[in-house]
Amino acid sequence: MSYNVDSQGYYGDFGGAFIPEMLYPNVEELRLNYLKVMAEPSFQAAFNALLKDYVGRPSPLYFAKRLSEKYNTKIYLKREDLNHTGAHKINNTIGQILMAQRLGKTRIIAETGAGQHGVATATVCALMGLECIVYMGAIDIKRQAPNVARMKMLGATVVPANSGSKTLKDATNEAIRDWINNPVNTHYIIGSVVGPHPYPDMVARFQAVISEEIQWQLQDKEGRKEPDYIIACVGGGSNAAGAFYHYLDSPSVQLIAAEAAGLGIDSGESAATSFLGKEGIIHGSKTLLMQTSDGQITEPYSISAGLDYPGVGPMHANLYKTKRAEFVAITDDQAMASGLELCKLEGIIPAIESSHALAVFKQKTFKPDDIVVVSLSGRGDKDLETYMRHFEL
Amino acid sequence: MNRIQEKLKVNKKLLSIYFSAGYPSMDDTVEIIQELEKNGVDMIEIGLPFSDPLADGPTIQESSTQALKNGMTSQVLFNQLKSIRDSATIPLVIMGYFNPILQYGVEAFCKSCQEVGIDGLIIPDLPVDVYDTHYKSTFKKYGLINIFLITPQTSADRIRYIDSISEGFIYMVSSSSTTGGQVGFQKEQTDYFERVAKMNLKSPLIVGFGISNHDTFTQATQHTKGAIIGSAFIKHLSVKGIKNIDTFVKNIL
Ligand SMILES: Cc1ncc(COP(=O)(O)O)c(C=O)c1O
Repeated sequence: MSYNVDSQGYYGDFGGAFIPEMLYPNVEELRLNYLKVMAEPSFQAAFNALLKDYVGRPSPLYFAKRLSEKYNTKIYLKREDLNHTGAHKINNTIGQILMAQRLGKTRIIAETGAGQHGVATATVCALMGLECIVYMGAIDIKRQAPNVARMKMLGATVVPANSGSKTLKDATNEAIRDWINNPVNTHYIIGSVVGPHPYPDMVARFQAVISEEIQWQLQDKEGRKEPDYIIACVGGGSNAAGAFYHYLDSPSVQLIAAEAAGLGIDSGESAATSFLGKEGIIHGSKTLLMQTSDGQITEPYSISAGLDYPGVGPMHANLYKTKRAEFVAITDDQAMASGLELCKLEGIIPAIESSHALAVFKQKTFKPDDIVVVSLSGRGDKDLETYMRHFEL
Repeated sequence: MNRIQEKLKVNKKLLSIYFSAGYPSMDDTVEIIQELEKNGVDMIEIGLPFSDPLADGPTIQESSTQALKNGMTSQVLFNQLKSIRDSATIPLVIMGYFNPILQYGVEAFCKSCQEVGIDGLIIPDLPVDVYDTHYKSTFKKYGLINIFLITPQTSADRIRYIDSISEGFIYMVSSSSTTGGQVGFQKEQTDYFERVAKMNLKSPLIVGFGISNHDTFTQATQHTKGAIIGSAFIKHLSVKGIKNIDTFVKNIL
C-alpha cells in the first residue's frame, strides 16, 4: 500500500474534489494538466533554476550539535528558514506561478493566515509581473501588520475577508468565491496541501524538494539516505508533506507530525485537528476537520497563526488514520519554550510554527544513535512581537 | 410520482423560491412555506445553513450565519417540518452543503427527508460522479431526486452526462458567479440559456442566480422551464420579515 495519492485523487479514504459545479472547469483544467506540465523539461529547468538562484536552495541540512547533546541524540535541522521570504512556502509559490503561466493565466489569487503564504505569493507575482490579490481575514490583517505591509510593497492587493470568523478559513472561502467569479483568467495559488484534488498532490510535489535534498545531504553526512525519524509541524501540512514525501513508503523512517494544541487539547482553544477532528469536508477535500456535531466548521486556536487551521491535508489525515505517522500535540507554552531554547543553543530564531516541531524533543525520547531530521520550516522574524509578549522581553 | 416531476409537467413557467431555514427567526420556516404556496409559488428550496457556504455571496452567507446563531441544525429543521405535509402540497427541496449531511449520516438524512415529505436535494459540493457511484441508490430508496447544477462553463458533453443521471430538472446557474452577484442578464447569458435549451435535453431547465424581479424572471424563462429566486427574497425577508410575501411574489409574476 502506498501513502501517496491514487489516480482518483484520494489518500485512502481522504481527498477527492468536493467542489460546486462552478469550480469544476478550473479544477479540471488543472487536474488534466498539472502532471504533464510538471514533467516538461522546460518547466523543470525553470523551477530548478529559480529554486537555486532566487530561493537559495539547496537549503542546508545542519547538524545541531548542542541541541543534539542536550537531547542525547543526533539532530539535523533542515533549514527552510534560510529560504528567500523566510519559510518553505516559497517552494510552492514558485512552482504554482510557473504552472499558472503555462496555463495562460494572468491574474493570481491566494489566501493567507499569518501572511507568510501571502508574502510568498506576492513575491512570485512581482517576479513574473502578474496581478496578485491576497485574501486575508480581517482579524489577521490587524494581527499581522508587518506582513500586510510586505505584501503591499510587493504590489499585491490585500482584501479583507469579513465573512464568518474573519480568519484563515474565511480567507480561503473568499479566495474560492473569487475563483468562482473569475473562472477563465485566474489561477488560485493555495498555500498548503489542502483543497480539492489535484492541489494537495501538486503542492506536495513542489514541496518534495525538501526530502529530495535531505536524501543526498544525509548520504553525504551520514552515508545513508534514510534518517530514523523526521519531525515536522502540521498546519495544513505542506512542510511536513515535503519533508516526508520521499520517505512515505520507506517503513524504516518514522514520521512525526507536531500539531498545535493551543492552550491544551481539552481546553476548547486548540488547533490539534487530528485529535479533535472528525471526517468531513472542508475547502473541497474529504479529510479530518474540527466541527460541531451538526457539521458546522469550528474556529481553531493556536499562538501560531500558520497552524491555526481547522482542517489538515488529506495526506496527513490518512497518515494519522493508518498510523503511518505519529501525531504529537504541542501546546503554546511548550512551543515557545522550545523556540527560545533553539535561540540559546544554536543561535537560530525559529518561526513559532517550527518551534512546535522542536518541542517534540520534550515529549519523546530518542536513542543516542538515532538520526532525527527536523523540518525547520521558517524563521522567527515575523514572530518577534509574539515572542516579546510571551517572554516579556 | 415525485411532486417535483409532477410539477414539471404543468404547462407554465415555474417560479421557485429559496430561503434559509431559521432566518429571519428560528421558527419562521413553516409560515414562510405556507405563505409562498398560498401566493402561487411553484416550488420551494429550503436552505440548510452552513458555516462555510462556498458558492454563496454575502446575502445568503449572512442569512446562514444568522440562522446558525438562531440555533438552526438539521435536526431542528426536520422537527419543524414534521407536520408540513398536513398543510402544504408544494414540492419541497432541501439545498445544503455536504458536510452537515455527512455528519447527520447520508442515509439517515435521506430517511428524515422522506419522513417529513421532502422531494429532492440540491447539494452544490457533492460532485456528480461521487453521487453517481456512492449515493444514487440511497437517494432512490427514499424517493429523493437529486438536482445538479450547470454553468456557462460546463461543456456540452458534461451537460449531456448530467442530463443522463438527472431525474428532475437541471439547475442552470445563470453566470459564472456566486449567488446574489449580479443584476440583470447580458446577451452572453441569454445566448447560453438558448444554446442549452436547443440541446433538447430530457430534463427541463430551471435558471437560478441573478433573478430578482419580473423582468429577469421573464428573460430567464424565455427559453427555459422556470427560474429560482434566492438572494432577492432573502433581502425582502431581512427588511420586511415574513410580512408582505404576497406582494413580493406578485411583483415577480
Ligand atoms: C514557517 C511556517 N511553518 C509552517 C506553516 C504551516 O503550514 P504547513 O502546515 O502547510 O507547512 C506555516 C504557515 O504559514 C509557516 O509560515
